[in-house]
Amino acid sequence: MTAPASAAEGDAGASGMVEPGRGLGLLDVLRRRHLLALLVRKELRVRYRGSVLGLAWSYVKPAVQFGVFFFALGEFLQQRASLPPFALYLFSGIVVINLFSEGFANATRAVTGNAPLVKKIYLPRELFPVSSIWVALVHFVPQLVVLLVAALALGWRPAPVELSLAVLAVLVVVTLSLGLGLLFGALNVAYRDLENVVDLITMVAVWFSPVLYPWTLVRESLGEGSVLLWLYQHNPLTIAVELFHRAFWFPVQTAPPGAWEIPPNLVVAGVGALAFSLAVLVVGQAVFRRLEGRFAQEL
Amino acid sequence: MDAVQVREVSKTFRLRHDKSLKQTAVARLRGRPTAGDDFTALDAVSLRVVQGESVALLGHNGSGKSTLLKLVSGVLRPDTGTVRVRGRIAGLIEVGAGFHPDLTGRENVHLNAAILGMDAATTRARFDEIVAFSEIERFIDTEVKFYSSGMFLRLAFAVAVHTDPEVFLVDEILAVGDEPFQRKCLARIADLRAEGRTLVIVSHDLDRMVDVCDRGVVLERGRMVVDGPVRDAVDHLRAT
Repeated sequence: MTAPASAAEGDAGASGMVEPGRGLGLLDVLRRRHLLALLVRKELRVRYRGSVLGLAWSYVKPAVQFGVFFFALGEFLQQRASLPPFALYLFSGIVVINLFSEGFANATRAVTGNAPLVKKIYLPRELFPVSSIWVALVHFVPQLVVLLVAALALGWRPAPVELSLAVLAVLVVVTLSLGLGLLFGALNVAYRDLENVVDLITMVAVWFSPVLYPWTLVRESLGEGSVLLWLYQHNPLTIAVELFHRAFWFPVQTAPPGAWEIPPNLVVAGVGALAFSLAVLVVGQAVFRRLEGRFAQEL
Repeated sequence: MDAVQVREVSKTFRLRHDKSLKQTAVARLRGRPTAGDDFTALDAVSLRVVQGESVALLGHNGSGKSTLLKLVSGVLRPDTGTVRVRGRIAGLIEVGAGFHPDLTGRENVHLNAAILGMDAATTRARFDEIVAFSEIERFIDTEVKFYSSGMFLRLAFAVAVHTDPEVFLVDEILAVGDEPFQRKCLARIADLRAEGRTLVIVSHDLDRMVDVCDRGVVLERGRMVVDGPVRDAVDHLRAT
């Protein structure tokens, strides 16, 4: 079998043969949409197993979160007068951060959470983080419905500009959370510490973007032209949150002059944030593929 | 034509003790080596399986049979050497690995069939056949966590043997269910063989291997020691 003649013959017979366990990464996920859909459905079924309200919980949780912020910040801390309608301002930002946090945190745990499958059967492993992002999107829909109902009640009307800004924001957040999820999820296989790092990141994400306060406060405090302000403004989540503010709150806002302004070059910033998120996705996928070969033995 | 080519493949596992960054850092600081013990599961193993062949992988526990199977299925990657396969591979490395206890039998059939590479239309077309094979029609809409272990394995096996792979990797799953069901499984395996599918089977049930396979390969501590007619392989294993 090691003789040169038979080795050459082996090479000739090797046409049409593939190395098992080496796929095309995210492209393979596109080919296995049926399986992806079933994995998403499984995730949702399992999440709400034995619960009476089921998916209704994905309405309850953001509503309660919203209520807490609304009363604590709007009523007790008197923020409500500065950015009316403050409820809409808060909610349009929170849903963006919720989408990011859930997608990122779940994608990070996706590979370790599916250890029995990863260890026993070869599948494109990207399926697991991608299905986590889909689950986050499914949970995002009811929040978006609540947001749209509230906005419509306050006089907001859909227009092409607003809707395209919202779509851009969702694209940024989905791409970013998938990219970071692939990166942290792959590293999490070897070092489970990463889960806790991700929990920390999602915990501070809501404060490092202008969800609970206007971004102009940050400008006042950090000063125009400072590096920190630049970083704050170029945080893709800041941009996504501002895109949502611009899309859903700005058209109906009645804030006093000077309380808020549209961040400069918001659309350009949005496209830039999408480009940055795509770069994160490329890096995340590269690291994931690099480490993927060791998943089965390290889990 | 070859269905599987394994060339000079070695696989070493590092039995790691350090699982978190903190533990690794502490170990480094104390000057304790962070590397664990190495364990060579496979040592320069070469194997070619021709299409339509049925090969028994034999050996005692820890000889590297399952590792070899996992390398062929793509779950593991070789440290050195190459593995190539032709056509779709279904690894029954463990029956029911993709089953979720909180889903019903029906949902699990669909999910597991998709995991093993079947598309939606094929699964729907074969669904009744799968359920009939498993003999659990009455409980198909019950959550799998309420199944007995026999029922669970029967359904999982039924799904697996109704997927349509060119190469079938089977790890110790012939011991499924009671006597009549086992006969049914063996009949199904014989059908797959007759259809010209390639089979690579790991089992400790030597007598059965003689019935099911033509060729036998014996592994001993990660090295291939016998490759020939299955009866010779079984005799060698019995002699050691």
